[in-house]
Formats: sequence, C-alpha cells, structure tokens
Amino acid sequence: MAPVLPSAAVAPPSTVAQRRSRTGYVLLFPGMTWLAVFFAIPFVTLFVTSLQTPVPGKSGRYQLGLEFGNYATALAEYWPAFVRSFAYAGIATLLALIIGYPLAYFIAFRSGRWRGLMLVLVIAPSFASFLLRTYAWKTILADESPVTSFFNALHLLPDGRILNTSIAVIAGLTYNFLPFMVLPLYAALERIDPRLIEAANDLYASPVTAFRKITWPLSMPGVVAGTLLTFIPAAGDYINAELLGSTKDRMVGNAIQTNFIEFRDYPTASALSFALMAAILILVFTYIRRAGTEDLV
Amino acid sequence: MAELSKTDQVEDLHLVNLTKRFGEVAAVDDLTLTIPAGSFFALLGASGCGKTTTLRMVAGLEDPTSGSIRIGDKDVTRLRAFKRPVNTVFQSYALFPHLDIFENVAFGLRRRGVKNIKPIVEAMLELVELGHLARRKPTQLSGGQQQRVAVARALINKPDVLLLDEPLGALDLKLRRQMQIELKRIQTEVGTTFVHVTHDQEEAMTMADTIAVMNAGRIEQMGSPAEIYELPRTVFVANFLGQSNLIEGRVSGAGEMLDVAAHERSFRLPRERSSATGASIILGVRPEKMTVLDAPDAARVPEGHNVLSGRVTDVSYTGVSTQYLVQASWGQELVVFEQNLIVGDRCEVGDEVVVHWSPRHSFGLDGNEDIHAGVDSAVLALESVDSAPAAGDGE
Amino acid sequence: MRWLRRNLVSIIGILVLVYLFIPISVVTALSFNKPAGKFNISWNELSFDAWTNLCGVPGVCSSFVTSLEIGLVSTLVATLLGTMIAFALVRYRFRGRSTTNLIIFLPMATPEVVMGSSLLALFLNLRFPLGTVTVAIAHIMFIISFVVVTVKARLQGLDPRLEEAARDLYASPRATFRYVTFPLVLPGIIGAALLGFSLSFDDFIISFFNAGTLVTFPIYIWGAAQRGIPPQVNALATLVFVIALLIVLTSQFIQYRRRKALAAN
Repeated sequence: MAPVLPSAAVAPPSTVAQRRSRTGYVLLFPGMTWLAVFFAIPFVTLFVTSLQTPVPGKSGRYQLGLEFGNYATALAEYWPAFVRSFAYAGIATLLALIIGYPLAYFIAFRSGRWRGLMLVLVIAPSFASFLLRTYAWKTILADESPVTSFFNALHLLPDGRILNTSIAVIAGLTYNFLPFMVLPLYAALERIDPRLIEAANDLYASPVTAFRKITWPLSMPGVVAGTLLTFIPAAGDYINAELLGSTKDRMVGNAIQTNFIEFRDYPTASALSFALMAAILILVFTYIRRAGTEDLV
Repeated sequence: MAELSKTDQVEDLHLVNLTKRFGEVAAVDDLTLTIPAGSFFALLGASGCGKTTTLRMVAGLEDPTSGSIRIGDKDVTRLRAFKRPVNTVFQSYALFPHLDIFENVAFGLRRRGVKNIKPIVEAMLELVELGHLARRKPTQLSGGQQQRVAVARALINKPDVLLLDEPLGALDLKLRRQMQIELKRIQTEVGTTFVHVTHDQEEAMTMADTIAVMNAGRIEQMGSPAEIYELPRTVFVANFLGQSNLIEGRVSGAGEMLDVAAHERSFRLPRERSSATGASIILGVRPEKMTVLDAPDAARVPEGHNVLSGRVTDVSYTGVSTQYLVQASWGQELVVFEQNLIVGDRCEVGDEVVVHWSPRHSFGLDGNEDIHAGVDSAVLALESVDSAPAAGDGE
Repeated sequence: MRWLRRNLVSIIGILVLVYLFIPISVVTALSFNKPAGKFNISWNELSFDAWTNLCGVPGVCSSFVTSLEIGLVSTLVATLLGTMIAFALVRYRFRGRSTTNLIIFLPMATPEVVMGSSLLALFLNLRFPLGTVTVAIAHIMFIISFVVVTVKARLQGLDPRLEEAARDLYASPRATFRYVTFPLVLPGIIGAALLGFSLSFDDFIISFFNAGTLVTFPIYIWGAAQRGIPPQVNALATLVFVIALLIVLTSQFIQYRRRKALAAN
C-alpha cells in the first residue's frame, strides 16, 4: 500500500440527479466481481484451509477438515510473534504520530506557497523501492555508524547496538509508514480555520492551551485515520523484522510467510493469517469506538 | 449585429398549471404564467421560493410533476434539455474549465453541427467585447468577463428564451451595476425573451420590464416595477419589495373614498387602491411618501391628507435622505424617509411630531393576512445584497 | 530565542522531511559504490560501473522488465474497472451500496500479508499454477480500491452545473460525457493510474506469496538481500525514483503556473 493523497471532500453545490438504471450495475459488475472472487472469496478459502488436516502418509498434502485445534497449536507456538507484532506496530504508530504531527502542522499552517511541493516530498520516498529503503537502514544503523555511536555515547542502548535488535525493527516500521500518518493528519489540519486559533489566542489562551483545546481536538479525525493507516500495515509487516531484526524479533508476518512458503504448512499459516486479520479487526473497531466517544468529550 | 438578432418570429412562453413536488413539499405550486415574447422578465423572490425550480423546469433540467410548458404553440414539457430552444446563463456561470473562451462559446453550435462557425463566434465575442480574449481559459478571466462569456455562450444559439439564474450574484456591487446596464443593452439588441431569476429586488427593478414576485411556490403579484412597488396587492409584496408602514383597521364608506378606522383615528383611501374584500383591512403607505412636521406646525398639513401624531424615537442621517422612527400614539413604530431638502434644523429624538401623507399614496390590503409576511425574507434579501439601499430610498 | 520558539514547528517539520530522505540518499550513494565484499552496505570506493553497465548482473534487468510488464497490465485493467465502479457509485443508484463501499474499503485496510496469503490459499485449493497471471490478478485486486477512491473524489468534486450546461447547450448524454465529463475527470484517472502503477511496481509481499518461481524486481531484491545486493539495483531504483519525482514535480509546476496566471488577473 502507498499513501493515499488527501482529497478535499468538496460537497458539490447541488446534488447530481442519480439515475437508477441497468447501466449502474453494468459498470459495477466487472470490478466488483474481481474483488469478490480475488478478495472476498479468498478469505473463505483461507478459513477453510486453516481447518484442514494433513493427508496421512503424504507430507505437504491436506484435506478438508474441521480442525479448530490448528488455531490452538499455531497460537501456542507463535503467540510471542503475535505480541511482538502488536507491540512493535503500536510503538511505531505512536512514534510516527509524535514526529508526523509537527510535519503535518508545518505543511498545513506554515509552508505557504510551498505547500504543494512539501506534500510531494512527503510521498516522494515511496517512489524508491520499499525494500531498498528498508535495507538502507542497515547502513545507517550499522554498529560503527555515527547514529549508533551517538546513542552509545549517551549510554542509551542496552545491547550497545541498534541493528539486529527490536529498536531497529521499530525504527524501520516508524520510517516506512510515516507518510500514512502525515497525509491524513495534514488533511484534517488543513481544514481547520487558522482564525479559530487566533480567536483562542485573543481569548487569553496560551499557545499550549490553544493547541490542547482547539487544534488537537479538531485534528482528531486525522489522528484516528493516521494511526489506523500506520498501525494496520505495520502489524502485518515482516520485511523490517526480516532485514533489520534478529531471529528473536520475528513478527507474525514472518511466521505466516515461512509456514506458507517454506514449510508448506498451509493450515498453520492460514490459521495465523486469519487470526491476525481477526485480531486487527477487533482492535480497530474497539479503537474507533473509543476514539469516537473521546471525540465528543 | 444583423446576424445575431433573431430572424424568426419570437414567441410567448406559457407556463400552465406548472407544479413541482419534492416529496411532500411543493416547490412550485400550480403556476400559470405567460411571459410575452421579447420581454425582460424577472422572477423575484427569497431563496427557496421556487423561482430556481421554475427556471430549471423551463430549461428542461428538472421534470415537472404536473402542468405544461409551451413556447408559442409548441409543447416542450417532455422535450429533453439538449433538444429545447432554451439556453441558460448559470449561477456562477459553469464555464467549461478545460475549453478556451472561443470553444466555450462555440460549444452549442458544434453540438448542433453548425458549419463555418468561426465568424459567428467572433461576432458574438465582439458583441460582449471579448474578441481579444478568445484563446484564454475561463480561469484567466475576471468575474465580469466570465459573466459575459456565459451570456455569449447561451445567446449564440439564438434561443427562443434565455434563462438567467442569479447571473450577477458572484459580482461585487459596482460591477453588478455595470453588468445590469450591459445585459439590458444586449437584450434590447438581440430582442430575445430574457427570464431572469433573482433575489435582489434592485436588480429586478433596474433590468426587468415585468416582475413576478414569487413566494412559497406561487406568484404573489406581477406587473411593471413601478406598478408593484406603488400598489402592492399583498402584505408579502408590500414588505418584501422595499419597506411599508402597515396599520390594521376596519373599513367603511361607500363612495370613491373609503374610510379606515384604526386606533381611534380615521384615514382615507381611494377605493381602487384597496384589495381588501371584507371589513378588516391593512392600510399601507411607503416611508418616502410621508412627511414629518413639528407638532406646533400641524396647521401646515394640507387639506384632506391622512394625519397621525407621535414622538420621534430615532433619527438616522443617510446622506440622500433622513430616516425617522416615529412612535405613533398607539405605540406602533413607523418609518419615515425624508429627502434632505430643508436647510437648518431637523427633528430630534423626543420631539412631538405629526406625520401626514396623501390618501392617493395609501394602499389597502386584505386584513386577514399576516402583517409580518415577507419581513424576514426582505431582511435576508437586503443582507445578501449588502449595502444596496432599499428600493424606495431617495426616489 | 524568541525566533527559535516561533519557528520551532517549522524547524522540526523540515527536519522530519530531511529524515524521510536519508535512506534514499543512502540508496543513491551506494549506487556509486564499489562494494568491498559481497554486501553493498558500507562505503568503499567511488565507481560508475553500476550506471554504465545497468544490466551487468544477471537477473536484474529481466526482473525489472517483468515488474514493468505486470505493472502496465495491472494498471490498465485496474484503472478501467475502478473508474467504472467510481462512476457507478457517484452517478447511479443501486441496491447494496453500503456492501459495495465496504468491499472497496477493506482491501485498503487489510495487511498485505493477509491478502497475499488468502489469495495463495485460493490458488492452492484451485491448483492454479502460480506465476505472471496470479501476480497480475493480485495486483489488479489491490489497486482497484485506490483507483475507485481517487476517481470518485475527482468525480464528486465536479460541479454538476458543468454537465447541466452541456445538456443545455445541445449536448446529448453521450456528447456530454465525451466533451465535458470525461476530459474533466481525466486528470483524476491519470493520477489513479500513476498511483496504481507505483503500487504494483513496488509491491513485494502480495507478489511474493503468489509468484511461484516468477521473479519481479522487488522479489529479486529480496533474494539478493541474503547474498548481497548489486549496486545496479541501487542505480535502477534511483532512476525510478528520479523519473517518478520528475513526473509529479512537473504536474505540480504546471498547476502552480496556472494558479499564478489566475492570481495575476
């Protein structure tokens, strides 16, 4: 996935008369069929595969079954990877919010006529290969690199290194999904009338209070969208863990990939994949509900 | 300009029992109306009164729920928009942003497969004085220039009827004045029937030769600007078009002159200027028709004038005129405009005064009507034309 | 001190922008490197070998071409299908609108590993051979949603009065579409296609699950990461980055000039 450009949701001045005719269905049919067959139905096959049992005597062959035990076995073995996925993605999302917010704020309120260019610069990194950019962090965070030396001089690194630790994985995740955070934040901030902040200042609010009472609450839709768009791909990612972490930093994505492609243990891989999707959906819906109510307070 | 004026016979536009419902709401309610060929006709009303819906039905952009639309003898009710001999100047113009001015103006001719359009388009651009900008894109033009492109793009098709939907709404006040005169010039030159929808009473009065005041999907009153201003037939028109002082009373008398008893006073009113049917009446008079005199000068009131006494509660000097608020003896506040002709002292707040006016400037309205009808919408209309003075001001 | 406080946000913002470009400068710098060992990770010696001999390492260019081909085909199909859906959503009433919206939204909110693995589960169960076809199918599937969202936004931003004006000026429904609607939505469609192509070209996870033995450019890089990435890969990635940046900057510049012309009036 690449960052979605924020599109101004301009309400049309008058409603277009929507026609009800067969043409609508004809236009929908090919694309929706494609999505049904290659997106929706695969979830069913994924679930079915997750319950399959091995064909006795034939390794790598599976037959239809209802083996819910697959989930128990898979989770028993891979629960640490699950925990790491959500912990790494959560920390990376928080970090992305902390460094992404000032950038989004700067583009929305301070960049003037350079705004368009700044937005291009935010998405431009995604034009270079995702894998190579991640691989480049191997160079930047290498043991002898200035970055590592700097943090070592401050005695901030428990292992004395960054590469092949969870810190490198989280740093990689934060970097890779930062544009997904910045663009929705920008879209929300851009909609705020700067006069509201001026009015708050006029009404004796200090800059900090004005931010806490006006800017932050009004940017909430962007915060919710940005954290979701960062968290979801980060939780499913395994490239950063593979390239920047050690074997102790493997995430659930790594487990799904190795089980599917290397071990050809399809039921276990499918169970992990299905469980990941379910966990993310549950988390996302709880989050949206919580964020939604906080929004009103 | 010979090739631009209409060669074939211009015909009347008839709307017959035209109705448009959106769910339960009737946006246009059983409207019957004939717009004479070659006239500059204005549909005036507050937003939501049904005037734009009426226009869209004439254009073919909206299907009527019932009723019919005819041009001359031809029924066009079921004719689709792109087959109607009607063209529109849209609100905020709707110029095609991807086409240059020439192509915008040529659009209709090209769709109808007209050959050799270059000279026609060029002549049209000359008429609206934009010949030198033919190859510009709409966004590179000023508001006034875009407005003229929109007019040219519609007129070049020689429609039987040209519809203008708030055509000057996006322009600033000064430019609007200029375009009002400009549009009138173009209309005179081409002789096409113009139907102009607006919420701006001043705009309607300046340009149109006939105005229909619309309210809640119906026509309240129709006539020349002077007719409907001088002799409103409903409370809505009296309040919406300019300002009126309205006094509730009871009518008596059988001769040429009616007597109106109100608040223990008697006022007179020519019978032909009253539209009241029963005994209860609303007596109206425009503020600029009234004169204020200091109470001691009451003897100078001309014979036969209507008179009342009161106290000045507010004086505002507006340059052309002075506006007084006078509280009548029964408590009602009346507005009086006086032209600044006198040298020396004016009345001041607190002065006891008499107010008088000629019975021939009074009008009578049906006493069963809501006396505040049209007030709010008039305020709204005034606000949206920002500083435009009330129509009656400084006449 | 006051100056610093007033401009703190701008300084942090610019620093974050710089941070976004650090890895890219490393990628570019290493394309001019002559690696000491097999891993091209640290600086050794300036060399233009990778640039003068872009296809010097076997497999690099063929995988690059494979990705270009799959990108073009997927973009073409997905743009067509997605644009049709966007028109249906904005212009037509139909039953099952909320389900349709959900099915379009979900692929954008599903981790790639889940999409990739579930599609693989489908192909395995159907015993469908993995390769170019399965990768293209997968790419079309996940690009469609992005196309729908982009084109829909453009279509919704279109002033409905423009189409009414066309109808008023004797354009039949077909002519209205051809001369007004389509040209005005076209920039959105082109933008969607460019986005789709860049998504397809750079996709690794979904491709990897469904590629079988097929090697796309990202899959080549993934394999090479274990045994050392040749500088040619860095050179090609830099090239792609520069071309994409030029396309976007040019369109930005044209927009900027247009706006300036507008302001000058």
